[in-house]
Amino acid sequence: MNRRRQGRRLLRRFIPVGLALPLVAFVLVTFVIPLATMVVQSVHDPEVADAFPRTLALLADWEDSALPSPDVYEAMAAELVLSRENRSIGKVATRVNRIESGTRSVFAKTARRLESADTSDMPASMIQIDRRWGDVSLWRAIVKAGQRYTARHYLQSIDLERGLDGEIQLVSEERRIYKTLYLRTVYVSFAVTVSCFLIGYPIAFAITSVSDSLAKILLVIVLVPFWTSLLVRTTSWLVLLQNQGVINDILVWIGLVDDGSRLALVHNMTGTLIAMTHVLLPFMILPLYAVMRSIPPVYMRAAASLGANPFQAFARVYFPQSLPGVSAGCLLVFILSLGYYITPALVGGAKGQLISNMIAYHIQTSLNWGLAAAISVVVLVGVFVCYFLFDRWVGIDKLKLG
Amino acid sequence: MPHIGWKCLKGAFVTVVALGFGFLILPLLVIIPLSFNVEPYFTFTEGMLRFDGDAYSLRWYRSIVENPEWRAAIGNSFFIGIFAAALATVLGTLAAMGLNHPKFPFREFVSAFVISPMVTPVIIVAVGVFFFYSAIGLGQTRLGLILAHAMLGAPFVVITVSATLAGFDHTLLRAAASLGAGPITAFRRIQLPIIAPGVFTGALFAFAASFDEVVIVLFLGGVDQRTIPRQMWSGIREEISPTILAIATLLIAFAILVLLAVELLQKSGKRIHEDT
Repeated sequence: MNRRRQGRRLLRRFIPVGLALPLVAFVLVTFVIPLATMVVQSVHDPEVADAFPRTLALLADWEDSALPSPDVYEAMAAELVLSRENRSIGKVATRVNRIESGTRSVFAKTARRLESADTSDMPASMIQIDRRWGDVSLWRAIVKAGQRYTARHYLQSIDLERGLDGEIQLVSEERRIYKTLYLRTVYVSFAVTVSCFLIGYPIAFAITSVSDSLAKILLVIVLVPFWTSLLVRTTSWLVLLQNQGVINDILVWIGLVDDGSRLALVHNMTGTLIAMTHVLLPFMILPLYAVMRSIPPVYMRAAASLGANPFQAFARVYFPQSLPGVSAGCLLVFILSLGYYITPALVGGAKGQLISNMIAYHIQTSLNWGLAAAISVVVLVGVFVCYFLFDRWVGIDKLKLG
Repeated sequence: MPHIGWKCLKGAFVTVVALGFGFLILPLLVIIPLSFNVEPYFTFTEGMLRFDGDAYSLRWYRSIVENPEWRAAIGNSFFIGIFAAALATVLGTLAAMGLNHPKFPFREFVSAFVISPMVTPVIIVAVGVFFFYSAIGLGQTRLGLILAHAMLGAPFVVITVSATLAGFDHTLLRAAASLGAGPITAFRRIQLPIIAPGVFTGALFAFAASFDEVVIVLFLGGVDQRTIPRQMWSGIREEISPTILAIATLLIAFAILVLLAVELLQKSGKRIHEDT
């Protein structure tokens, strides 16, 4: 009897855990494992290693100053033909080409012609098909691409590479693109956060200081854009800002701008900044409003009765109390900006692209998934650092929406 | 004359605030009349400014209805959104009930864990989802998008249901038990009415999160899984036609409906809280 009661009590203690368990498991499978897959993808690059196992084993103790021995050529030839048969040769060629550009065509061409080639002197036949087989740098590239686990993508994602002697060095000037993009992303996020704060603070303050019925209407003005699809808001900016758009038309009509010299407001950085500020503004206003609503107005009155002018009362009494809202709003806007993709892609043009556009480019166009994964991990770490600093300075529990 | 100075300052403040509100809402309001433009332009024609009836038309709305791609996109958006919201609501509500129990172990950590998809940049979530879901055969399927969107929506449900549960007095459940109610009856008659507004609000948030999501759809979805935002994306990129403005106007109307629903739910939530 007593035992059964104990059992029941134990069961009751586990009910809350049991209720949370399905979601925990769901988040694990649909979110954590995908992110883990992404991390693996950023360092794991098995294509070449899987295609040329024998060649790479033979090349393991190759002195990379001279050409490899004939048996390496024979293994290579056999595995080239094999990878042509199982259609992996295109992927392999792409991989090697990323390390040594201009080598993409070598592989398919050699594999195709090897079928009718003289097999007695393989090195000679292969060099005859494509003279780059007689070039040490192609073999070096194959060895490099053949590493199953590699830090190459991380190095590349921060504009570094391994030189011939294995030293880590900066890539040549014209290929240094990522540092600019990270800096630009941080700069845009910062600028958007500041402009959201400058526009959002007075708005949130105004909502808390008017009558209830007017406050309701003003809140609706904030919430309608919040609930409206991101694509709609981006579209409307595109329509407003474009060359023949509403804003330029108005400027021309009132004579501020000449019809021939309409302002370029979109497909550049200006467009990105304006549209992102608009899209993220509710994320600044709502936390600010939530905190400001809880500041009792008697404090301001008390300050005034003690002789403070409205500016002093605001700066010394009100503003410090609204700081939790300021920090929460700024954190939200900054972090959301860091990973923003849609708006810069549509209104940013070439000059308004951010790091997230590069991630999408490598996923969809260049198909360099390892590099996309590495850049994503770099951004994710940046976001973690932001949260960590916020938690240290403000406390993450202060973060709430509405 | 310090008074006049403060009045000026107040005037300046009101102007700044008015400009801010204009910045928030005008871009959306401009879209609406432009969607009725009879010409394929993105600015007001002279006829429109004269309020000439012939300058307005429903042709772009007709082109949504007549275009099979848009019809498919609307169907996909609702299909994926409803299933994702349903899944998110069930999982999120259960989890919120568990997490708000006073004796839940490691509550802060577990809460942060289940909310983490919401605070991770969606482009990064999309990259991970793309790699993993493609690898297990969920790429270019509706199921894959439903699961991914449910994962993004569940945190909203956890938060809104937790908010309604925050003031919940757990002795009520014990009182119900002492009066002979089984745990299921106690849940159905006591707890469910209290959390219901939070559950519905969370469901709406989850639906909106799915309805608006486009990055995951871009990476993971194929031609057959195009949703409304995905269709707008290619519309904007390839050849922008005023059809986009018509669909945008419909989406603004939809957003206002959702907003009204959330407000009503919050009001009823407050009423229940005051009654208990």
